[in-house]
Amino acid sequence: MEYIDRLPAMDLMRSEKMMLVQLIIPVESAHRAVSYLGELGLLQFRDLNDDKSPFQRTFVNQVKRCAEMSRKLRFIKEQIHKAGLTPSPSPAPQPDIDLEELEIQLEEHEHGLIEMNANSEKLQQTYNELLEFKMVLQKAGDFLLSTGSHVATQETELAENIHVNDDYAETSSLLEQVGSNFQEMLPGPSNQTGVRFISGIICKSKVLRFERMLFRTTRGNMLFNQAPTDDQILDPATNELVEKIVFVVFFSGEQARVKILKICEAFGANCYPVAEDTIRRRQITREVLSHLSDLETTLEAGLRHRDKALISIGFHLAKWMNMVRREKAVYDTLNMLNFDVTKKCLVGEGWCPIFAKTKIQEALQRATTDSNSQVGVIFHVMHSVESPPTYFKTNHLTNAYQEIVDAYGVAKYQEANPAVYTIITFPFLFAVMFGDWGHGICLLLGALFLIAREKKLGSQKLGSFMEMLFGGRYVLLLMSLFSIYCGLIYNEFFSVPFHIFGNSAYRCRDTTCSDSRSVGLVKYQDTYPFGVDPSWRGSRSELPFLNSLKMKMSILFGIAQMNLGIILSYFNARYFGNSLDIKYQFVPQMIFLNSLFGYLSLLIIIKWCSGSQADLYHVMIYMFLSPFEDLGENKLFWGQNVLQVILLLLAVIAVPWMLFPKPFILKRLHTE
Amino acid sequence: MYGFEALTFNIHGGYLEAIVRGYRSGLLTAADYNNLCQCETLDDIKMHLSATEYGPYLQNEPSPLHTTTIVEKCTLKLVDEYKHMLAQATEPLSTFLEYITYGHMIDNVVLIVTGTLHERDVQELLEKCHPLGMFDSIATLAVAQNMRELYRLVLVDTPLAPYFSECITSEDLDDMNIEIMRNTLYKAYLEDFYRFCQKLGGATAEIMSDLLAFEADRRAVNITINSIGTELTRDDRRKLYSNFGLLYPYGHEELAVCEDIDQVRAAMEKYPPYQSIFSKLSYGESQMLDKAFYEEEVKRLCLAFEQQFHYGVFFAYMRLREQEIRNLMWISECVAQNQKSRVHDSVVFIF
Repeated sequence: MEYIDRLPAMDLMRSEKMMLVQLIIPVESAHRAVSYLGELGLLQFRDLNDDKSPFQRTFVNQVKRCAEMSRKLRFIKEQIHKAGLTPSPSPAPQPDIDLEELEIQLEEHEHGLIEMNANSEKLQQTYNELLEFKMVLQKAGDFLLSTGSHVATQETELAENIHVNDDYAETSSLLEQVGSNFQEMLPGPSNQTGVRFISGIICKSKVLRFERMLFRTTRGNMLFNQAPTDDQILDPATNELVEKIVFVVFFSGEQARVKILKICEAFGANCYPVAEDTIRRRQITREVLSHLSDLETTLEAGLRHRDKALISIGFHLAKWMNMVRREKAVYDTLNMLNFDVTKKCLVGEGWCPIFAKTKIQEALQRATTDSNSQVGVIFHVMHSVESPPTYFKTNHLTNAYQEIVDAYGVAKYQEANPAVYTIITFPFLFAVMFGDWGHGICLLLGALFLIAREKKLGSQKLGSFMEMLFGGRYVLLLMSLFSIYCGLIYNEFFSVPFHIFGNSAYRCRDTTCSDSRSVGLVKYQDTYPFGVDPSWRGSRSELPFLNSLKMKMSILFGIAQMNLGIILSYFNARYFGNSLDIKYQFVPQMIFLNSLFGYLSLLIIIKWCSGSQADLYHVMIYMFLSPFEDLGENKLFWGQNVLQVILLLLAVIAVPWMLFPKPFILKRLHTE
Repeated sequence: MYGFEALTFNIHGGYLEAIVRGYRSGLLTAADYNNLCQCETLDDIKMHLSATEYGPYLQNEPSPLHTTTIVEKCTLKLVDEYKHMLAQATEPLSTFLEYITYGHMIDNVVLIVTGTLHERDVQELLEKCHPLGMFDSIATLAVAQNMRELYRLVLVDTPLAPYFSECITSEDLDDMNIEIMRNTLYKAYLEDFYRFCQKLGGATAEIMSDLLAFEADRRAVNITINSIGTELTRDDRRKLYSNFGLLYPYGHEELAVCEDIDQVRAAMEKYPPYQSIFSKLSYGESQMLDKAFYEEEVKRLCLAFEQQFHYGVFFAYMRLREQEIRNLMWISECVAQNQKSRVHDSVVFIF
């Protein structure tokens, strides 16, 4: 037992020894001290201001400033994203920047961006309006032309129409009426009485409701013509392209005009006046087009200017965001310290591992000299009664496994760490299930690729799936190596068996090989040197053989791992000096497990070695049901009956030994 | 059969009931309200709220905050949750959820019509509307000049159409008529909702009848108190009371003839649940009545969560959230105007 105590300490096996330290930091070096300690990453502060609300803490203003700055940075990032640019770090090295300067710069940038956005929005609005006007002129012109020509052809039939109109007043179509009204109107100005029209443009999604509303308001006395525009229009508010429809509403009466205008306003439809005269329309269209091209150039210039500003900010963006996050973390930590106003210093408590003591003291020393403070930081160890936090020093390889184990539960302080064993058992058990050396080689190539590109991929931002794969690259490496091994044992290369280790040990009795379907092949050589014999694949008894093999192998692995777990609990009990656990937990657990399942493993191994045809299910079940009965043909070794009875008795005794003494003893210890 | 909802409710309603209970656990507690009441500026309120579930909605607002911004963002959160629930609901839960918003629709309609009457800009009024009560053609309410037109043009397409049969007149709209219209619509809406819940049966019917009855009674008392001293005749007043609830029909008879607050109190004290409300007020005082009614409502709404497998939890959650937004608005206003002593006048704690 002393041998065990004299073994060198395993770093990963138990968590690092921690100590509770108290820091007394003078105010002027506080910020620097905390940021250097943060870079070191080896001290966990306790929150001494638990009972205070967030805005009663000392550094609340700084935290607010950092929150403001990160909001501005988010805004800028969103703007860059909306403009469709990708921020890339600048090729030239940039000077380091101070927090206050950063704040001022961010304020300027944000103002500038908001101004630029407002300007370009105004320009875009004007541009949109002109564009809509142009479309309305085009399409409405078509409508007016068509009704005009329609009317012209009807001129000859005018005489009959007028008589007919009186008789067929109710049934004549609205178009004819409008047409006849129109051609009555054409000679004179059309502003005073009779049919008038309003032309405008509206979003396609609203046009049906708009038409219905117009119909209802005017009680059906209107004509609604619509045509979709050729291009889509950019909506400045949402920055998306929307489809619009040009419409012309013909109506009569002043009241109807008022109502229709109100409805247009309610639906957000823009109305533009269209002259009826074709020549005048063409003139207006020409003016509008020239205006449009002017505005286009202005808009583009504005956009280019803004993009340039965004790109120049985008160079620094990642660095700034990092800086602000770091500052916020520093101030959050500073908020956890107790501010002693009279002594003008901050008091903080925290946990740190013992090996880190010198590093922390070095960092604090650096902070003192860098901030030109007279008083150094006082750093002393405190005594504590509560249990320290668990800290494992991990590297690339062990980090992934430690995370997997922590996902099931973090070990208590200085408890044995299962991650040490998981490094091998986890990939191995995966490989037992994977078991194909062809697929294993593919996995190996993938893992090697990830490891070779470690540095490059580590600095990039990967998608969530790739991040998972990259984080587990060493796990994948071990998984692949073990899979190749297991694949060779199962003799499967993409599920095809190979004759790597020589010829098969079985052959047919004659050339027709008819016995492959009846009595089976005959064994003429020694057993295949490594792995499953290739003849098994495709034979009729493949499944019973392989399943039995894999099941028994799994039982052996499982029981071995369970035993490992119980032995680890023994080491824990020994380390913490808990003899109660050893006597009343470890010993009966070992007895119970091994007398039943350990015995099963023994039977499996004996059956494999001796080649007996005993039915192990039968043996195990009847060990419980009728332990005194004779085994008959299931007997594997001499004295098996007696052994089984003894083991059964031991198991039965072990159960109450495991369950009852410990609670009573603990209760007695507790009441004393 | 009442009592066997547990067998079949979860098939369609289980997911949403879990979601709404999750939302409910995010309501602000008394500790949160205490912290909020101690804030000095609106920025402190924003910082405190960013630690609650309102965080993502408020974190992108620039620093000089207005109380309206806070309320707007909080309402936005409620609307998002409602839309999420509505999108996942099947019949009859989706109809039930839509019923909850009809009250807001009525309020929006009245807001726009009143605003148009006072010559306000339509877009401005649209911004003031409650987002849960928006419907497509709401902007065209500005065109209507009397109630018949209002119905014919706009409301016939909306779910409010069946409620209009009682109040279509050809008179022009003015302030008094609009109020009467609002109350008539609301009465029809409550009765329709009540009938719908009765049809659903089971625990939903029982819990919702209780909540809606309280709502109807509260509105009756409010109508009575607000119409004391106005030109509203007794018959008109009686027509505005709903046809269900604890006060129906005898309480309504008494309320219809009341001429001042003390008579109202005398009429209400005959009903034990309302007696406790009125006993908190001293004689002749009516400002605290609103708060007393809100407290009673919150108590009943919290009780709705005690039972499972019914739709009342959705209604209760929406109402509790609205109460919370009212609380936040009151606190923000008090802080912004530096009158923190009056904060507790109108804040109703939910937990």
